[in-house]
Amino acid sequence: MTDTQPDTAPDAGPDTRDEERAEERRHLERREKWIRRLPLLPALLFTIVITQVPFVFSLFYSLTDWKIIPPTPRTFIGFDNFTDLVDNQFFRDAAWVSVVMTASAVLLSLILGTGIALLLDRKFFGQGFVRTLLITPFLVMPVVAGLVWKNQVFSSQYGVINWLLNLVGIDNVEFVTRYPLWSIVIVLVWEWTPFMMLIILAGLQGQPTDVLEAARVDGATNRAIFFQITLPHLKPYLELGTLLGSIYLIQVFDQIEVITGGGPDSSNIPFFVFQRSIGGGWDFGAASAMSIVVVIASIVLANLGLRVLSGLLEGEDPA
Amino acid sequence: MSSDTGLVVGQKRWTSWALGLLAWAVGLLFFFPIFWMVLNGFKEEIDANSSPQLFFDPTLDRYRDVTSETPGLLGFKEAFANSFWIVLISTILVMILAVPAAYSLAIRPVRKWRDVLFFFISTKFLPIVGAILPLWIIARDLDLLNTRTVLIILYTAMNLPLAVWMLRSFFMEVPRELIEAAQIDGAGLRGQLTSVVMPIVAPGLAATALLCVIFAWNEFFLAVQLNPVDGSTMPIWVTSNVSTRGNFLAKLSAASTLATLPVVLAGWVAQKRMIRGLAMGAIK
Repeated sequence: MTDTQPDTAPDAGPDTRDEERAEERRHLERREKWIRRLPLLPALLFTIVITQVPFVFSLFYSLTDWKIIPPTPRTFIGFDNFTDLVDNQFFRDAAWVSVVMTASAVLLSLILGTGIALLLDRKFFGQGFVRTLLITPFLVMPVVAGLVWKNQVFSSQYGVINWLLNLVGIDNVEFVTRYPLWSIVIVLVWEWTPFMMLIILAGLQGQPTDVLEAARVDGATNRAIFFQITLPHLKPYLELGTLLGSIYLIQVFDQIEVITGGGPDSSNIPFFVFQRSIGGGWDFGAASAMSIVVVIASIVLANLGLRVLSGLLEGEDPA
Repeated sequence: MSSDTGLVVGQKRWTSWALGLLAWAVGLLFFFPIFWMVLNGFKEEIDANSSPQLFFDPTLDRYRDVTSETPGLLGFKEAFANSFWIVLISTILVMILAVPAAYSLAIRPVRKWRDVLFFFISTKFLPIVGAILPLWIIARDLDLLNTRTVLIILYTAMNLPLAVWMLRSFFMEVPRELIEAAQIDGAGLRGQLTSVVMPIVAPGLAATALLCVIFAWNEFFLAVQLNPVDGSTMPIWVTSNVSTRGNFLAKLSAASTLATLPVVLAGWVAQKRMIRGLAMGAIK
């Protein structure tokens, strides 16, 4: 009888009542936790299903030999797709293009963006208007950016650059055919410099003015102020720009499609994946293996990036 | 002594002028390709396809050309309507999903809010190319290829992490004391939201939605892979104006201007707030 004493016995001693309360509190806490989590769940589930699950499929496809057209049965071949990539000259070209394109576009737009941000971070006539002019390239549809540059700026017949070159006596250059990769990089830099500029500008405007004043009173030169105060202050902003820029630029597709339409000199891996699969190759096994390589490269970048981000979020706790 | 300072001040003023002028020059240089595109859209083909000229008889005929319907080809109206609905519905879905999530990360944060935020952002690190083939297969098997639906779903997923990220930073700006004060006054959750939180974050919501609109409107990769036919969007329509036969420069310019205008205007209006949401959210 006594050994089956129920928890909720009305004549229970003070111990049991405490336990009861604790239990109730735990129950409430758990409820409270779920109430807090609930608003998060739809977004979380949606994101997992749409963005994470396909990668698992990709991983699986990459281990198979599988062509959609002509339809062939899917056979498991292990890592053969990956070892084949090493010997694939076209893939090696695409990988190299990816590296050069991403690195040079991020670096150049970051440098230019910082320079322009410094120019804009001073009072001058028409400051807001000039800023508006400068952000516009980032808002323009990437496809349009590519087409305009190709046909109206680079073009050897009707392009503005060649017209200027002719004025100073230099013969027409067919930029896109002669320098396909760099033509695309220039367009990318044109589109991403405004983005970098805006991030750096946000950094410059968050600079503590009293420190700058003090440095100036102490007779520090502009150069010393820039290198010893401004640049260290800008570091997280430069990191953020690099991070966001690389994430997007490693995936460039639109500009390649409209400027060169691909080719060994200008296809990056994402574009090559498209060519080998939906774009006409229909070799889903091999193309998946290539896409996994991009994913791995991005994870490496992301690890660096997340470390940066965690530094940024450090010490910020809303709870 | 005094003449010395005068010289220095004069020099400073001169440098300031020069730097201002340089900023203007850079601004105009960056804007030039867009200016040139708009200008070419008002030309006759023959004028656009010749050495660059600044002065010409402007005409609206190219706009008439590109907006007229050719049977069997993707028309402007169709592409615009497709883009409009896809962008609108996906942005509404993003906001419906992202607002509660951001609330859970900022105002009444879950315990591991940092991990959750990282997860959302980390999905942006995975290149879409790594998912495109399975997405294509799934869409094909569900009969969703070439529909608006597939783009609505994917654009929602594409913008969601960014929206959560931005909205969280706007929610963080709501002073906690205000919410507590409302609680003490006996306001329920709904009351706190409508009377305290929403008025403060409303401009941030608008800026976030606008950024989603811009990204969805400009998106080309997914549209061209999953939806090159019926539900085609504006970017695909723009590229359809490139022809291999005959001159197309002026027409392409008119089409490009039409496709670009809505988003550029939206971006100009919201520039300051968008930047704050993006940059200040990360660094504070």
